[in-house]
Amino acid sequence: MPGFPTLFYKELLRFWKVSFQTILAPMLTALLYLLIFSHVLEEHVQVYDGVSYTAFLVPGLAMMAVLQNAFANSSSSLIQSKITGNIIFMLLPPLSHGEFFLAYILAAIVRGLVVGLGVFAMTLWFVAVPLKYPLCVLLFALLGSGILGAMGIIAGIWADKFDQLAAFQNFIIIPLTFLSGVFYSIHSLPQFWQVASHFNPFFYMIDGFRYGFFGVSDVAPGLSIAVVASCFLALSLFTLWLLKIGYKLRY
Amino acid sequence: MTPAIQIREVHKSFGAVQALRNVSLEIAQGEFFALLGPNGAGKTTLINILAGLSRADHGKLAVMGFDVTSQYREARRALGVVPQELVFDPFFTVRETLTIQSGYFGVKNNRGWIDEVIHHLDLADKADTNMRALSGGMKRRVLVAQALMHKPPVIVLDEPTAGVDVELRQALWQFIRKLNADGHTIVLTTHYLEEAEALCGRIAMLKQGKIVALDTTKNLLESFSARRVKLRLSPDYLPDDLQSMLTQRSETSYTLALNDYSELEKVMSRLREAGIAAQEIELLQPDLEEVFMKIMSKH
Repeated sequence: MPGFPTLFYKELLRFWKVSFQTILAPMLTALLYLLIFSHVLEEHVQVYDGVSYTAFLVPGLAMMAVLQNAFANSSSSLIQSKITGNIIFMLLPPLSHGEFFLAYILAAIVRGLVVGLGVFAMTLWFVAVPLKYPLCVLLFALLGSGILGAMGIIAGIWADKFDQLAAFQNFIIIPLTFLSGVFYSIHSLPQFWQVASHFNPFFYMIDGFRYGFFGVSDVAPGLSIAVVASCFLALSLFTLWLLKIGYKLRY
Repeated sequence: MTPAIQIREVHKSFGAVQALRNVSLEIAQGEFFALLGPNGAGKTTLINILAGLSRADHGKLAVMGFDVTSQYREARRALGVVPQELVFDPFFTVRETLTIQSGYFGVKNNRGWIDEVIHHLDLADKADTNMRALSGGMKRRVLVAQALMHKPPVIVLDEPTAGVDVELRQALWQFIRKLNADGHTIVLTTHYLEEAEALCGRIAMLKQGKIVALDTTKNLLESFSARRVKLRLSPDYLPDDLQSMLTQRSETSYTLALNDYSELEKVMSRLREAGIAAQEIELLQPDLEEVFMKIMSKH
């Protein structure tokens, strides 16, 4: 894989060069969510016994930041390259579809983790959050950002215009994230929405990730791992296939 | 010797539009080759298929003997393409762009060659400038530099001088000529036919996706381009028996077509007999533009 390290490095350098927008801005957004929601709801909501609402909120917000930024990284990089035409610089060299996939998805994972870690670090000023199973946290962060990184590649390849990408983000990614239990436990929802939530893979990502912190979750962590890992595998295979056939890249 | 480029019976359609129709072509190593044709003739489509940016519906293509689909890694390593569009990555400086492009081809520690190319293309004082801040001409130079980063034996330039000022055009050709002299095969598309005529040893002309002419530049000029003489006469009169040779009449001159230059003597003696003096004689050299127009109107 001679070209992979460079493509990976280029993808990292790309978001690092605009880190104000790609790292600090989403950290600030998450902090604002935390300040406002915890201020309004701290006194009224307790999801798990012995866990304050603010503490409950932290893993959800960190994971939301991980997911949204992983998606933003691969999708915006690809759509910008396609629209400006510089995608040609990646298509002319002897890069395989596997190298292409790995570079984009790993860069998305790195950005997701950096932002997630930043959000988590900032929240430590406000509330102490236990970290019961760190490996579980890492596993869900990796798989979650991998899934969103792959979705970002798919969206970036599929979209021909920025507004198509924005539609993908606003009508698929954001609803699935907000309805995944970032701000609440699904047990507090009416029956219909509880059932519906079980069809949302984002719910398993957040629930499993949160389990790593508190050792408590809405569904069994093993089920969450199975769902999230299957989603990652299926989306990765689909993305690799799209890249292999050159869908909307090699006409 | 393995041909630098081999193209066999290539077809490509975009919907109902047939972009390439049974194109076959072979370019030897070390050639300076021109691919000419009007807009939409299929030149860029052919280059894109060769470079793997597009895929042929049918046919085989190879670069330095490597099939562009089944051996795409080797084929792409052997090929450097300067694209027609002025594209760049706004996140990086010139040097970063070139380092990254080297890395894509697996070339590490390329600083020496990057410096050399930067020097030859007169980019030294812009090396650490962001791509966004460069003029169009400078961006074009960087595109050429990018195509050379992995030292490909075959270099394809798709209209590299479109919208480029005279000074850069000449500097660019000087550099490309040097690369050709060093053994690189050069394939060029251009709308400036005088460039193709001056630089290229062989020419293919495409029209509506088909090759309509393929020969050495010399043969094309000789076989398709008429020899002509332009005369200013006193008195301003052309004898009747020379009228059949007249191709153009302006207010002050007559242009006559000659089968070969020995016919000029016949014309001059006929003028002398008729008591007409030639005040000005200009031999018109055959040019590629004329050949191009003739071939395009024929097919």
